[in-house]
Amino acid sequence: MNGIIEIGPLRLLAAYIFLVILFILVKSLGIKKEREIFFSALRMTVQLIAVGYILLYLFDYTHPAIALSILALMIFFAVRTIYSRVKTEINKKLRQVIIIAMVAGNSATIFYFLILVINIQPWYDARYFIPIAGMIIGNSMTGISLGVERLSGEIKAKRDLIEGALMLGATPRDATMHIVKDTFTAAIMPTINSMIGMGIVFLPGMMTGQSLAGLSPLIAIEYQIAIMLSILGSVTITVYLLTRFGYRTFFNHRSQLEIILDHDLAENEKI
Amino acid sequence: MYTLENVLYKNVLNIGKLTIASGKITCLIGESGSGKTTLLKMLNHLVSCQQGVIRYKGEDLEVIDAINLRREVVMLPQTPVIFPGSIKDNLLIGLNFAQKKLPADKVLTAELNKVSINKELDERTDNLSGGEKQRLALARMILMQPETILLDEPTSALDDNTVEKVMAYILSYLKAGNKTAVMVTHSKQLAKKMADTIITMENGYIAAIEEVA
Repeated sequence: MNGIIEIGPLRLLAAYIFLVILFILVKSLGIKKEREIFFSALRMTVQLIAVGYILLYLFDYTHPAIALSILALMIFFAVRTIYSRVKTEINKKLRQVIIIAMVAGNSATIFYFLILVINIQPWYDARYFIPIAGMIIGNSMTGISLGVERLSGEIKAKRDLIEGALMLGATPRDATMHIVKDTFTAAIMPTINSMIGMGIVFLPGMMTGQSLAGLSPLIAIEYQIAIMLSILGSVTITVYLLTRFGYRTFFNHRSQLEIILDHDLAENEKI
Repeated sequence: MYTLENVLYKNVLNIGKLTIASGKITCLIGESGSGKTTLLKMLNHLVSCQQGVIRYKGEDLEVIDAINLRREVVMLPQTPVIFPGSIKDNLLIGLNFAQKKLPADKVLTAELNKVSINKELDERTDNLSGGEKQRLALARMILMQPETILLDEPTSALDDNTVEKVMAYILSYLKAGNKTAVMVTHSKQLAKKMADTIITMENGYIAAIEEVA
């Protein structure tokens, strides 16, 4: 088979049958998620159509300033998604750590990948830069979301253990070391697990796309391996930065845990 | 050892002037909610006062490194904190935190015996009773050889028989090294038996200070 089959608007519309099935099931099971499902599907459709037109334009007008602006925009939206996705409250300093981790971890990985691994010239070629940046940022966003959720939740849940360690003269780092390790593991495990099923359970999106576009599967595999390792790199770096500096945001300069609330002290008195 | 002046913490604590003597045992007694635990946490610099000054050996707590202070003034909370791992891990964790020299196993076993825990060092802590956990936490603190100990109801989970033994253990440590102790207790009887000074607290205020002859 040569070339790619164009789906066309009508047959694309037929694919929405799966959304209709989900609606029927959700309705019959009495799960009140119709609005959420509808808006998620709507957002997916509108965002992808919009991005299709934007990419059409950008592929013809590549410029370093445009590439960097897109990178900044992607990271901005990823950070916003992390803030909204995490259920626990994120303190101001932890928000700053998330921004630093996302900017530093993703930029380092993206530029390393584009310049050293793929060796494209110019590095800001939108055809490569945008999809690769998207994949890398998207995955580290998931890693950081898991990490923040775990870090905040564990520090709150294990407050007595942390305070007990501080009472014995532990530094905040020592007092939270087990939580930091748990957080790091929890945040990188989905990426590690996804590597196990790669090529056997599923063919990843990038490889599928390249194969559909007529590229040799062997070249598609090269790209896929490289991108998977880069995703691993970005998740590792961003989550490491999050845990390395994130735990500190729960302590003040006197090495006191800052999540202690007034009613906790009152409760202690009542025991 | 400590001097407190015009110390205010929300509506929990309001202390005009208070001195805690070095080398003595000071007991804090009073109803629940009278501010005893908060005061103890302040001496450990786990909580800071909003107004006023707390001095340790004449130096404002705010200028002392909090971690170094806590290695010298160790606090034992009412609910014992047991860390994941074995009994030995728990005995050594304070010394590890403080980066102090670790003693030999026979020293650890001897310390366990002193608090009436007849278990092996490598046993896990999951099966310890509430009282054993409290005594393990106490032995861990004493192994650190702190200059001052802050005890929050150290006998709350113990039966009468063990209370005597544990108190004798604490006293021998304090007297041998001329150490300082501040202890929160509900028991007036225990306070009278142990303390050089008894401070009675009421609604965050110091209601009475009694020197025990």
